[in-house]
Amino acid sequence: MGKEILRVEDVRIGFEKEGHSLFRAREKKEVLQGVSFSMEEGEVLGLVGESGCGKSTLSKVVLGLQKPDAGKVVHFSANPQMVFQDPYGSLNPSRKIGWILEEPLRIRGGFTKRQRREKALAMLEKVGLDEKIADRYPNQLSGGQRQRVCIGTALMTDPKLLVADEAVSALDVTIQAQIMELLLKLKEEMGLAILFISHDMRVVYQMSDRVMIMKDGRIIESGSVDEVYFSPKQPYTKALLEAAGILEERE
Amino acid sequence: MKRKTNKNLILGGLLVGIMLCMIAVGFFWTPYDPEAMDSADKLAGVSFSHLMGCDNFGRDIFSRVLKGSGTTLFVAVGTVLIGAFFGMLIGAFTGYFGGIADEILMRVNDVLFAFPSILLALVFISLLGSGTYNVIIALGIAFIPSFARIVRSEFIRCRDMDYIKSARLMGAGSLRIMFVHILPNTVPVLLSAVMIGFNNAVLAEAGMSYLGIGVQPPDASLGRMLSEAQTYLFSAPGYALFPGITLILLVLGFSMLAEGIREQNQSGQG
Repeated sequence: MGKEILRVEDVRIGFEKEGHSLFRAREKKEVLQGVSFSMEEGEVLGLVGESGCGKSTLSKVVLGLQKPDAGKVVHFSANPQMVFQDPYGSLNPSRKIGWILEEPLRIRGGFTKRQRREKALAMLEKVGLDEKIADRYPNQLSGGQRQRVCIGTALMTDPKLLVADEAVSALDVTIQAQIMELLLKLKEEMGLAILFISHDMRVVYQMSDRVMIMKDGRIIESGSVDEVYFSPKQPYTKALLEAAGILEERE
Repeated sequence: MKRKTNKNLILGGLLVGIMLCMIAVGFFWTPYDPEAMDSADKLAGVSFSHLMGCDNFGRDIFSRVLKGSGTTLFVAVGTVLIGAFFGMLIGAFTGYFGGIADEILMRVNDVLFAFPSILLALVFISLLGSGTYNVIIALGIAFIPSFARIVRSEFIRCRDMDYIKSARLMGAGSLRIMFVHILPNTVPVLLSAVMIGFNNAVLAEAGMSYLGIGVQPPDASLGRMLSEAQTYLFSAPGYALFPGITLILLVLGFSMLAEGIREQNQSGQG
């Protein structure tokens, strides 16, 4: 397969519990207990697990928004980007869409005003939105439109790695399908590797090349989609598949 | 989308507009020289030649009200500018970075906050000496804590939003995030705070001039005039009445405008 783009080695992180007393030792909750994996260029790696298993913490560690207590995160590409779960919190409400799309270029520098505008409009087209949207404010858009803008903003600087943390979970089913299609299309066009985080087994199945199952801060099973979905080794994976109604359908 | 007519915004805007026009006129032209005395007209009543009568030195009250509201407005605007600017800086840094600096600055803020702003301004005046500019500085400093507090809470609300995280991922520096990404989101709240602060400043200036430590005679200001008028409350009620009414209208106008902006903003987000 292709070149390695991300390597995560034995990452550990713990948070101190709130409400500690003066006389008791502070309790630490281990959120990630030695997570290792690697990603290749242009692949979609699904990460599944129940709420609170450390998925989001892992995504923050991968992007450097949170420092791990131990372990290493090695990037082989510049500026990895992220698409967030809540399309209502991830766009600055007081700025127009065009401004939001141009901001990554403004931060990077070296573009004229016109170049920035042109690139922003081209990106709007790429994510399937009308040019007119550039002059609207985020609260004038629907959830699906907002998520398209978020994806577009993340891709403005041509990253090679995109982390999608529950990127379609807050959308309804038809919009989910559209956004997933868009992500796969952009992946092909831009040679993007996507770390696709979700609690939804079905969504991950449609998106991913490889899957990792996470439980209590550990990756308990990983492999190609077919391996994990058709011959799960861990009882927890089986339980997840059953809960999603995937096992029965095949039997 | 249903939209109620925003009476506060319209009425407040109208009132403030009229007051500002009068002040602008008073800046360039007044019917009489506001400082010219005429002993023949001492405490004259309302007439066509003196619309609001004359004061104890025979000065035309209408001219002095026009000029005086200008002084009052100048002091209020200056006060709010100083308070809002430094309050915004302090609030932005403490709210965004948090930590020990936040703790220390906010405790200092609490101490300042515990004094009524007039009292605090009195302390500064006794250090700086009286006079129009010193009043502005003193009141401005006294107003910093309230602005700092408001801006800080807005920054705390915004700093953990996803759009800030994504800006950080794009490589935006702290200053850029604070003033380009977060600050525009505090504008609606800041705007009403400025309006309310403005009202308090008008009243504080009037209060300080009334106590005789603000604007010095013979300059006119609304508070100064009220203070001088109290001796003649029964012989010439107009002397106290007209500056008082002007002061009330000015404060009322800005209060309504602030309330109107707040309402407008709420209906816009819903």
